[in-house]
Amino acid sequence: MSIKGKAYIGGVFEHPIREATDQSTPQLHAECAKGALADAGLSRDDVDGYFCAGDAPGFGAMSMIDYMGLSKVRHMDSTETGGSSYILHVGHAAEAIAAGKCSVALVTLAGRPRQQRGGGLGGARALGPNEAPEAGFENIYGGTTHTLYGMCAARHMHEFGTTSEQLAWIKVAASHHAQWNDHAMLRDVVTVEEVLASPIIASPLHRMDCCVITDGGGAVIVVSPEVAKSLNRPAVKIVGSAEAPKGPRGGQDLDLTFSAGAWSGPAAFAEAGVTPDDIKYASIYDSFTITVLMQLEDLGFCAKGEGGRFVADGNLISGVGKLPFNTDGGGLCNNHPTNRGGITKVIEAVRQLRGEAHPKVQVPSCDLAIAHGTGGVLGARHGAATLIMERE
Amino acid sequence: MTDTAKAAARKIPAPAINNESKPFWDAAREGRFLIKRCRACGKAHWYPRLSCPYCFSDETVWEASPGEGVIYTFSVMRRTEGASFAIGYVTLDEGPAMLTNFVDCDLATLAIGQRVKLRFQDTEGGPPVPVFAPA
Repeated sequence: MSIKGKAYIGGVFEHPIREATDQSTPQLHAECAKGALADAGLSRDDVDGYFCAGDAPGFGAMSMIDYMGLSKVRHMDSTETGGSSYILHVGHAAEAIAAGKCSVALVTLAGRPRQQRGGGLGGARALGPNEAPEAGFENIYGGTTHTLYGMCAARHMHEFGTTSEQLAWIKVAASHHAQWNDHAMLRDVVTVEEVLASPIIASPLHRMDCCVITDGGGAVIVVSPEVAKSLNRPAVKIVGSAEAPKGPRGGQDLDLTFSAGAWSGPAAFAEAGVTPDDIKYASIYDSFTITVLMQLEDLGFCAKGEGGRFVADGNLISGVGKLPFNTDGGGLCNNHPTNRGGITKVIEAVRQLRGEAHPKVQVPSCDLAIAHGTGGVLGARHGAATLIMERE
Repeated sequence: MTDTAKAAARKIPAPAINNESKPFWDAAREGRFLIKRCRACGKAHWYPRLSCPYCFSDETVWEASPGEGVIYTFSVMRRTEGASFAIGYVTLDEGPAMLTNFVDCDLATLAIGQRVKLRFQDTEGGPPVPVFAPA
């Protein structure tokens, strides 16, 4: 069974808040839900499917469904793949809708890492860090997201000659887009030289290679074709989705120069029946600059090892380069709510397909877009999710 | 303070130990480094587990390792407060790569491909853990 054409994006909402001093995390989830329902023109009692991940407080879906008073839910899913969860949830929602399990699926993400002084993975509360099978052999070494992505960058540079200047171009492109976003955490356009002059955080990554830490969240509504037809919104059809896990797998033949996107990407493109050349706009998870570079290669926008040359010289800047990416400013400049950027990747892709992106960054005739992410850590265990959407 | 001194200054917490990993840590307390190898498929793996991650056989056995290998990759975490430190993967001569810290070295001279050798570093209230220094 394919989900191609079996589900649509009905509504999206990105919380404008970046510093949530006065809100609770459940409240932010509810505000995001309300925003996405209003965008779709649906009401709470239309929701019969609910999707959330490790950032949902308490007993996850159970707590949030009860808190929001979602009384019609007959399908739920709290698959946890870190920041990519919400891209994966859209695919799962499309599958559930195609199978008749629900017709209006709500996906929410929210949290307040700035108030809790949290970097880290933003949730993943499941069993506690010391219960993970690898815990005794890995948690002792002080690994953080910064170093576990820094290791990928160091190896990529070693094998392919990728440079810090090339990585910096990814941040530069994001900053060119963020200048037009009133809600962006960082709105200043930066240069390659400024990125390289920012302090090293985890070698070879500089501070400006890292995403922002923001409070807030977002929500997406996925609907059946019948519901989509009843909505007074541009129709954004889901045409392909795929997911894949990757880890060190026993340590033999460790290769940190590629992500699980190398598997989810081709599968999603095959389902959609399109190729990277057909894509007009790309939302690419950008926890760090290296995250973008590796995923662009893995998705097939360029050959493995060519990512550095591909992203250089403004090739990712809307109106300038060949592949406009993260036109909201992305996690690098705009928003990385709860240290989990997946949902904002879906939201900006939907804005582009609807023609509702900021006019300065709107891609002309944007009829095919990709939203792709990896969650967890590229340097160890992560889950990739790829979503391809079409303007009908 | 030199980078060498900084590298040695980071305190390592006691590792989480369960029934599956206890033989490894008991050996570590005696200064012996063990890895797991599968008798069914012949492959060594890391981190050690009961079932082989390659063939899912339970025929895994502990094997003493000299703890020698090369740096696959690493990253130096720069701290403005506290000690900067290096974390990375070492590819053991037996095949598997393992996450570790690099110690007793000038962090600025670490390099991918460099040969390193294991030593045990004391932890806060637990058994010593494997770390690596230039061979």
